[in-house]
Amino acid sequence: MKDNVTIKGGAHTDHAHDSAIKHVTGRADYTDDITEPVGTLHAYLGCSTVAHARIEKLDLSAVRAAPGVIGVLTADDVPGVNDISPTGRDDEPIFPTDKVEFHGQPLFAVIAESRDMARRAAERAEVSYDTMPHALDPVAAQQAGYPHVTDPLKLERGDVATGLSTAEHRIQGRITVGGQDHMYLEGQIAFAMPGEDDDVIVHCSTQHPSEAQHMVAHALGVPSNAVTVNVRRMGGGFGGKESQMNLFCAVAAIAAKKWNRAVKIRPDRDQDMTATGKRHDFVIDYDVAFDDEGRIQAVDGSFAARCGFSSDLSGPVTDRALFHADNAYFYPHVRLVSHPMKTNTVSNTAFRGFGGPQGVVAAERMIEEIAYALDKDPLEIRKANFYGADGRDVTPYHQQVEDNILDRLIGELETATDYQARRKAVLAFNAASPVIRKGIALTPVKFGISFTATWYNQAGALIHIYNDGSIHLNHGGTEMGQGLNTKVAQVVAEAFQVDFDRIKITKTTTEKVPNTSATAASSGTDLNGMAALDGCEQIKARLIEFAAAKWDVAPDQVLFLPNMVQIGDTSLSFDAFIKEAYMARVQLSAAGFYKTPKIHWDRTTGKGRPFYYYAYGAACSEVSIDTLTGEYRVDRTDILHDVGKSLNPILDKGQVEGAFIQGMGWLTSEELWWDGDGRLRTHAPSTYKIPLASDRPRIFNVSLADWSENKERSIKRSKAVGEPPFMLGISVLEALSMAVASVGDYKTCPRLDTPATPERVLMAVQRLKDPS
Amino acid sequence: MTHRDEIRFLLNGRDIALNDVGAGQTLLDFLRLDRRLTGTKEGCAEGDCGACTVLVGRLHDGQLRYETVNACIRFLAMLDGCHVVTVEHLSGPDGRLHPVQQAMVDHHGSQCGFCTPGFVMSLYALWMQTPEPTEQQVESALQGNLCRCTGYEPIVRAAVAVSRYGTPASDHLNTERDHVTARLAALRDGRRVVTGPAENLGILPADVDDLARVLGEHPDATIVAGSTDVGLWVTKFLRPISPAVFIGHLDELKSIRTTDSGLTIGAGVTYSECQDAITGMFPHLAAYWDRIAGWQVRNMGTVGGNIANGSPIGDTPPVLIALGAQITLRCGNDRRDMPLQDFFIDYGKQDRQPGEFVESIHIPRAAPGQLDAAYKISKRRDEDISSVAAGLSVTVRDNTIQDCRIAFGGMAATPKRAATAEAALSGQPWGEAAFRAAAQALGDDFTPMTDMRASSGYRMLSARNLLLRFYLEHDAATDTPVQLATA
Repeated sequence: MKDNVTIKGGAHTDHAHDSAIKHVTGRADYTDDITEPVGTLHAYLGCSTVAHARIEKLDLSAVRAAPGVIGVLTADDVPGVNDISPTGRDDEPIFPTDKVEFHGQPLFAVIAESRDMARRAAERAEVSYDTMPHALDPVAAQQAGYPHVTDPLKLERGDVATGLSTAEHRIQGRITVGGQDHMYLEGQIAFAMPGEDDDVIVHCSTQHPSEAQHMVAHALGVPSNAVTVNVRRMGGGFGGKESQMNLFCAVAAIAAKKWNRAVKIRPDRDQDMTATGKRHDFVIDYDVAFDDEGRIQAVDGSFAARCGFSSDLSGPVTDRALFHADNAYFYPHVRLVSHPMKTNTVSNTAFRGFGGPQGVVAAERMIEEIAYALDKDPLEIRKANFYGADGRDVTPYHQQVEDNILDRLIGELETATDYQARRKAVLAFNAASPVIRKGIALTPVKFGISFTATWYNQAGALIHIYNDGSIHLNHGGTEMGQGLNTKVAQVVAEAFQVDFDRIKITKTTTEKVPNTSATAASSGTDLNGMAALDGCEQIKARLIEFAAAKWDVAPDQVLFLPNMVQIGDTSLSFDAFIKEAYMARVQLSAAGFYKTPKIHWDRTTGKGRPFYYYAYGAACSEVSIDTLTGEYRVDRTDILHDVGKSLNPILDKGQVEGAFIQGMGWLTSEELWWDGDGRLRTHAPSTYKIPLASDRPRIFNVSLADWSENKERSIKRSKAVGEPPFMLGISVLEALSMAVASVGDYKTCPRLDTPATPERVLMAVQRLKDPS
Repeated sequence: MTHRDEIRFLLNGRDIALNDVGAGQTLLDFLRLDRRLTGTKEGCAEGDCGACTVLVGRLHDGQLRYETVNACIRFLAMLDGCHVVTVEHLSGPDGRLHPVQQAMVDHHGSQCGFCTPGFVMSLYALWMQTPEPTEQQVESALQGNLCRCTGYEPIVRAAVAVSRYGTPASDHLNTERDHVTARLAALRDGRRVVTGPAENLGILPADVDDLARVLGEHPDATIVAGSTDVGLWVTKFLRPISPAVFIGHLDELKSIRTTDSGLTIGAGVTYSECQDAITGMFPHLAAYWDRIAGWQVRNMGTVGGNIANGSPIGDTPPVLIALGAQITLRCGNDRRDMPLQDFFIDYGKQDRQPGEFVESIHIPRAAPGQLDAAYKISKRRDEDISSVAAGLSVTVRDNTIQDCRIAFGGMAATPKRAATAEAALSGQPWGEAAFRAAAQALGDDFTPMTDMRASSGYRMLSARNLLLRFYLEHDAATDTPVQLATA
């Protein structure tokens, strides 16, 4: 046996994304690239032009008469249930019957011979409305007496009233945190093909094929076993394709069955951005009490969210905002309440972090308030409030923090970035520079990993080994660019000790693994990697039993070595061994399954262990602002992030870099702006500005905490990486805030709301220059 | 000579000849729907994301030059006589990855992959033009490409490394350059091209005189130079543009003349084509020019179009008005000149008669003692539309402000001079007091609007502060930074 031979693409190695070559050559097929059968029809949505109204008349005769039109679909044409609410609340019709609840709400679909014809026809609808007053934001909604779209949550521990009233200092304030559009490069799309009986196959770009399957079945009034949903890959998801694809899948499937032809629906970018949900905006009122050292004594927080017209995922999103309103800090006495407000806007949905980032922003704002009130460095306040031992380790939801590594992580980053000296230099620079000001901030993140809907924490996989030794891998997770398929294949390669390229990664389909959870909550690899490993272990157990019997050795004498199997003194290539096993009628296929242990959550009492573990990270950002215009640049960012024992460090680093930039965009240039009529006016990249290459920090250093290992038995002791680093972008907001605060000699918290556009920065500067 | 009714171009290695190409038909739809070349993606259909980036090679005075364009807003008819190169054409016949592609794979430059072909095409063009780019050159080349996954870091690393994977000299667009040049030259027959059905008619005049004739025949035609705005009329608003008259191919409108009196550029000159000449004569425009749209749009859009469409938020009018630019309008064989500032009458209304077209723009050289600045404020630094844009030309002699032209975009219904602020400065001694007075006077010049780009209050405050910035920047006593560092 050769000693130093290892497989290609095993666990804990830098392996390229499995589709990288297809990406760069343009040969990776997305849903819109699938060859269309003859006679494929195209659907397009017709949408409302008012924010809140009764529909007096929906006249589609001109639509029907337009060139190339085959027909239209309205609420009356839904054969099953006219509802696509992902939580079963029955509050989200495919098409409304009597009432418009937001500007841009889909009212009907037109089906035509070409997409262009369908688009043009959709413009011809004549709708008369009896308009009603609308409320666009959570504050307006509260003032207008609008209801919650879902039950609020309260987290409470200790005696908040006493904590607030007895502390040495107390500050009350408000922060408005803007939403965010996903701006995945590939928009929403569904492509349905009718089959015999009730059957329909839907190719689409969803993070949640099982839900899309169930929704299509629900809308068609057929059992789920009639519907197959397929996803090979998405051109980005970020949460925007968790529930939002349901509408498009349902429309395509209904039309495909109605006309017995393949039907594709792809909105243009404007419609994609106006008709599908986004990150929730929040208005957060905080009341924080602290001692002379800046140690928080009590926090009372109210989190009002713009949920839109229906609940969608607003319940768990606003819950997660509360779960993260502590960020990394211990609150001795705490009360946190959510207000998931109904508004006359598109129904907001999942977005990387899922409410968590908004909670963390609120925590960091309170830290800032304390620091400016006490004339201290915010980092000193952060450190004083980190979760610790002896009674300082319990969260507002009564989970004990057992795996905190922030002291080491922050310490290493502080040293590596020379934070203290640089902060001094920034202070000195500002003292001598009237126009350009600088700021520096080092912020932590602690993020809870697991779906708070406990039953979602399950996954399945299907592994086949064909008799030539090639392996087919399928699991319930979906690939949206994060490299999930690559990492799961690495787990399988490691398990069988075969090279990565022996494994065929296949599309996600509800035909192979049923009842899957959304690929969301950063859980993709944790759940599906474990399920795949379970499948591998089942097959391996059979192979070992077979080999031990056939070669008459003890089971521990059967070893899977790189691309070969050693059985006592005999060694065979993996392929030859598999052939032997096949000839001996060993079952070479297995369905793997996994459910996350230890977790439980009781929403009514606000107590439990919703998270299996926490992922940690920290970022230090330095910025410059122009106090004449509010323009700014990020001069430098350093990141140290915890992914446990990484399955694939280069892909994880890519997630950290991308998440940071996306988080920075959320807090800086990405602004959702509705006009007085409730019409979203930032609805395409021309008006909605995500970061560009030139917005990257001028110096950008990203490292993984390679010493970290998950304390829990996660897949190969790695940690989830999708969402946690998104919140590292908060370091940019805090640095901008410090630069602004310099104008008031750091005496006043600038209360910079987000997104901190140049306008918000300049106006905050102006408030400090001229407090009247 | 009879008209031609066929659009002819090269697509990757093939000759394409198409009849009945409607004026509003886009290159992207042709590639994806007709040719099934699905490597080129639609991300926004408005020229802002770059997922549809392709290369277009065109003969300029016999020289073949390849540039990136957004296929989503490039009309198919405009490709007559061009070589269109898509991502499918990059790998060699042996299937080996192109150096740009291999660098992207090795540096993990793709995650979801949807934007990747567009990035590959932009980096391909950059590598051919600048094989060993600086990070800043990479960023400039990628201003028109959005990636939502990677945060760009690995893409920039790949871009800087491409030259290690191969040299442009051995690239097949270069090795086949003579052959392609000959094929494109053979497509040029000097005829007017008339294409498409009557309700979607597109016309490519044979030359400028023919353009004047075509506009005589169709005085209300839509004139399309770079299609970076008209393209959106079609893709976003489904507006008919027929009859459309395409002018981007006309060599006579591509002239750039530097004389003692100044710089004269033809109306068909793109931002990219005049970048060197403009920034050579007016160095203060260098940083500003690099912030006009993204690279693809700078390769397509024209200064003439930016003026002629009369937008209040176009990037070039404020700075050109401040420089005292004149434009020449032509109708038939009649020409008239006017100061650029007089061209803009009201929102959506310019001093252009039916059948008339902008032929050229003349920018006079700076006067002795003239201090110039160009400022743009936007939510995002690059590839954004301005909230406020400003051009300032202030002539100072003997420490006295002799003359000034200050023009703003984004502050009114048209690009407009700040007459009151100018009056407040003229004749005043150079000093902060004069500029503070001028800043105050801006309130009499403008009542800006609130929209999704900026509030009225921010527009006014930042416009005022730009006057102070101008003062500080040009005042010898200022020894602290006044603007953010660019690199």
